[in-house]
Parts: sequence; structure tokens; C-alpha cells
Amino acid sequence: MSENQIITPTIADMPDGTSGQGYFATSLDKAVGLARKNSLWPLPFATSCCGIEFMATMASTYDLARFGSERLSFSPRQSDLLMVMGTVAKKMGPVLREVYIQMAEPKWVIAVGACASSGGVFDTYSVLQGIDRIIPVDVYVPGCPPRPEQIIDGILKIQELVGNESLRRRNSEAYNDLMEKYNME
Amino acid sequence: MYPINPDRDQLVVSKLSNRFGNAIESHEVLSDMLCITVKKESIQSILLFLRDDQELQYNFLTTLCGMHYPEKEQLGVVYHLHSFVNNHRIRIKTVTELNDPKIQTITTIWPAANWMERETYDFYGIEFEGHPNLKRILNMDEMTDFPMRKDFPLEDQTREDKDDSMFGR
Repeated sequence: MSENQIITPTIADMPDGTSGQGYFATSLDKAVGLARKNSLWPLPFATSCCGIEFMATMASTYDLARFGSERLSFSPRQSDLLMVMGTVAKKMGPVLREVYIQMAEPKWVIAVGACASSGGVFDTYSVLQGIDRIIPVDVYVPGCPPRPEQIIDGILKIQELVGNESLRRRNSEAYNDLMEKYNME
Repeated sequence: MYPINPDRDQLVVSKLSNRFGNAIESHEVLSDMLCITVKKESIQSILLFLRDDQELQYNFLTTLCGMHYPEKEQLGVVYHLHSFVNNHRIRIKTVTELNDPKIQTITTIWPAANWMERETYDFYGIEFEGHPNLKRILNMDEMTDFPMRKDFPLEDQTREDKDDSMFGR
């Protein structure tokens, strides 16, 4: 990022709708999606070097706050987005699962880095070979570790999912089947 | 650099031979350090003797660790001892059969051996008789394998994405 570049705060794009003098009408889906995607509360589950890259992502140079995620939640009950960054040992698996279960719907998961996505180089007895073996994952960020730009790109992908999610998705049969696959209610 | 002291090596060997006789199977100097192989039935009394003998005083257990000899169907334990008083280190090795891997605990001699023996049990499956709390320490409790044994496959067997042709196999 060059030093003299001026970053202007952007306002979220208006969703499709009808507008006239003094009013704007859109569907509830879109209004809720707009609100949700620009106020994600991430829960950082950082276990190794990807977590260090995430700290850079949160800090002033990259500043994740520009995307509405300045408020990290360290309580699963209050967060929307579980960010798993780093190697997850098999012994840690049940802990991660518990954290996911404790999050309130709607919730999203991003697997940052090779280890969280597939076990990475740690193809061994003690390491979980990808967190998608125990919890469903929405976005995978490749890299070992990924640069902050890549993590931001992952967040933007999540925002796209959040903004376009239908209000009834979490009640759908497909979603229930997915949860059942992971032995969750 | 570790100070080499052949006189002291000799002293340890002769004292142990006099005291324990046949229980001392062999001794050699490996990587500048005396290494004595002993019978497993006497391991507790030998280590206690090494600790408490006024001339030797191997008062510190540096570490202990498991060994696996697949061709001999044996498991073993190696103990590293350090005498702070004499600035001298030795290694004591003992082996046990793979199908009945039992060795006396030395937690009665050095309480620090507690976690080391648990780790050795965790990774090699060696049972330390008399250990106060012999259960896995690092791996998850559900695990049934002993991953540092040489017949344990290095790669995770549940990976589906690894195409053998990509790895030249």
C-alpha cells in the first residue's frame, strides 16, 4: 500500500429496491443481509502462525474495521463468524466443535490457511486433517500462512455469502441435512 | 562441550558390576557418553544405587524416553542421569519384550519421572509398574495406537485427497 494513497470510507452499496421522494423500499432479506454483512463479529480461534497474520489484518495497516468487523468477540455466544486460523490438533477438535455449537444462528465459518483447511504439512497422527471434518466451513483461505490481503479477501467472500443468504436458509432441509451430517441438531 | 572422563566411566562400571553382577549386561561409550545396558528386573535398584551412592551421586534424572527395536520385537527405555556433584553424565538402557512391555516405575526415585513415564507410555505403550497415574498425557484419550512405534504409519490414514501418483508411489 503506497503511503500517499488516501483511503476514503465507503458506504455500503444500496440493495435493489424502489425509491422515491423520502422513502426506499426493498425486501427484508436484502435489508437484513446488508446489516449483517457489514457488522460481522468475528470470533478468532487462532492456534498458530495464521493467527499472527490475522493480528496484522486487524491492525492499522490492513484494518479489518473498514469492513465492519472491528469488534472481535471472544465469546462464541455473541459472534457470527468463526475464524479458525492455524493447526487444530485432534485433541483440540472437540473444543472447536463446542465453540461452534455455542454460537447462535446464523453463523459462518472461515478456515484460514492450509492447516485449518486440510491439515497442511502436518499429515500426522496428532493433527486434524481439516476442520471441515468436525464443523461445516463456508470459506477456505489458502496459504501458509496467507497474507492479510488474502484473509481480507476471505472476509469479503463471507460478506458476499452473508449478504445474499435468504432468511429461511437456516430452516431449509438442505441446511438441516448438513447439520445432521456433522451430528448437530 | 561435555567433559569426557574415562576414569569416572570406569568407576561407574566397576561399582555397578561389583554390586549387581549379572544384571549389568553390557557397556560402551557412545557419542562420548557411557551407556550401560541392564536387566529390566533390576532397573529400580540400579538407579536408586546410582542416586544414593556417596561416590557416584547421580542425583538428577535428565530425561527418560522409549525405544523400539522392531526386528528384535523389543521395546526399551533409556534413562539419562547427571551427577551435578561430579559433573558427569551416563545413560542407562533396558529392554523389554514387545508382547509384554512392563518395566518398573522410577517415580519412587525421582518424582519428575511421572510425566516422562506417562509420555513414554503414551507413545510406545510401555507399562510402568507402580506408576501412580499411568494414562496418556499428550495424545487424546480415545487413541488406541502408540504412534512412535516404528510400525505406526507416518501419514494420516484418513486423508482422501492424497493421490499416490502425485507422490511418486
